[in-house]
Amino acid sequence: MIIRGKVIKYGDDINTDVIFPGRYLAITEAEEMAKHAMEDLDPDFLKKVKERNILVAGKNFGCGSSREQAAICLKYAGVKAIVARSFARIFFRNAINQGIPIVESPKAIEFINDGDEIEIDLERGEIKNLSTGKTFSFKPLPAFIRDIINAGGLVESMKKRLSKS
Amino acid sequence: MGKTIAEKILARASNREDIEAGDIVEAEVDLAMSHDNAALVSKVFGEIGAEKVWDPSKIVIILDHRVPANTIKSAEGHKTIRQFVKEQGIENFHDIGEGICHQVLPEKGYVKPGMLIVGTDSHTTTHGAFGAFSTGIGATEMACVWATGKLWLKVPETIKIVINGKLKEMVMAKDVILHIIGEIGSDGANYKAIEFYGEVVDEISVASRMSISNQAMEAGAKVAIVPFDKKTEEFLKNRVKGKMEPVYADEDASYEDVLEFEVSDLEPQVACPHKVDNVKNIREVTGIPIDQAVLGSCTNGRLEDLAIAARILEGKKIQDRVRMIVIPASREVYIEAIRKGYIETFLKAGATIINPGCGPCLGAHQGVLASGERAISSTNRNFKGRMGSPDSEVYLASPATVAASALKGEIADPREVLK
Repeated sequence: MIIRGKVIKYGDDINTDVIFPGRYLAITEAEEMAKHAMEDLDPDFLKKVKERNILVAGKNFGCGSSREQAAICLKYAGVKAIVARSFARIFFRNAINQGIPIVESPKAIEFINDGDEIEIDLERGEIKNLSTGKTFSFKPLPAFIRDIINAGGLVESMKKRLSKS
Repeated sequence: MGKTIAEKILARASNREDIEAGDIVEAEVDLAMSHDNAALVSKVFGEIGAEKVWDPSKIVIILDHRVPANTIKSAEGHKTIRQFVKEQGIENFHDIGEGICHQVLPEKGYVKPGMLIVGTDSHTTTHGAFGAFSTGIGATEMACVWATGKLWLKVPETIKIVINGKLKEMVMAKDVILHIIGEIGSDGANYKAIEFYGEVVDEISVASRMSISNQAMEAGAKVAIVPFDKKTEEFLKNRVKGKMEPVYADEDASYEDVLEFEVSDLEPQVACPHKVDNVKNIREVTGIPIDQAVLGSCTNGRLEDLAIAARILEGKKIQDRVRMIVIPASREVYIEAIRKGYIETFLKAGATIINPGCGPCLGAHQGVLASGERAISSTNRNFKGRMGSPDSEVYLASPATVAASALKGEIADPREVLK
């Protein structure tokens, strides 16, 4: 899978409560969740994400709650991929299960600026910064995880698995 | 080579002889817990085309996040869950009023040492206090666990944390774990298992160990295990059915790191806005005015937490400008607190008691903060907007510090108040 887009960049420790505040947890429709994405972090996020749909962040992205709404709201707001120095473990799993391409790369944060256009090759483990011409590599996710992402998330991959058995 | 507790439990759960940190296994889950978000899980369960849950006796649902329902939306969610458990024959369902899932799960005897437990709540790490491998997962994964009973897991590296010394009066397990998080950082144990040892761990109660295993999640821990001992056995023996099969680490187990903490001189600790690892000694923050004091949550709403607060508030009045909210962690804790007179003490002191549940911890209801307001709280997160307005502030501290601060109307050292 190859993803190309412009970048919105954030810092370290972006937590689930600012990605999706607890006051909206009773919402069950994904489109409705998307309206509150990043509400407590960046009031302009929904405007920005129309033009730029790859997030780049520092360490421990998605720390805090197990709320899958944090991944769901980003997906339905239009985020196509997330690149971070590191992810908190439950968010990491939730993002994969929602089919969001996710890249752990300690170098990316240094070489990508807010607004840059980048291209990510998930299979090869390579990010090209089209704005600066720099290219750098990352360790690709294991094949079975890439399969979940390629299927569009765990629901789709599980559907296939259950219908076969 | 020797094995850690996490490696041994995951080897057993995945029917593998020899596994080590870094391996990916497909494990069979012993217990799957959800709370109000079971509404979302059941929706996904339908979407994947599943019809019957794999084993209704291994699924537990406890409503605690928005109880009693605060909005029509929450009420609809609860209704969906009640229908689902009926259709699926899930008997382990605890409706509103029983308490917080992480308190009720061990109280009702669901938790045993050596188990693989998953829950749709990050603080599922709490049950590590009973020697279980217990961790949080998302709603979609839980729907798949409900359907198949299985989950892929990466076998985590383990950090051994040894806590030695003797805690001073009014210094609690909460202060110890906040101090540790302050030292190792909010991702200091990300993806890792922790095993806790040392004089302090041996000495403290099961309730205190639950505080530590619960709050350890805020350093990113996947599981936070206190090895099973006589105290754990004493707590569980009249609650659980069947044999307990504790799992211990081998003498020569391989740890990624060994961290030692000597806490004999530790003062009360406070995690300042808006990060749990922004931890300071109490004397650096005393005098900061507060609007609300919250005593409760899955971290610190147990009987010993209410006891120490009642000792501080006995015969006294909290400041008029402070709203103190007390939330017993469960029905069992609530009844015992009434018997012991703590609830009367809180009411006479001017506090408001609310029903067992998560209360205002996650900013959904029952005491959310307005803009510009500041709370001191025995809960586990102080993220921006966590307890209400994004322009409010939450300071995390022990139940003793929360009670002392309510009394003074500002962040206060519980040792000073008792003098």
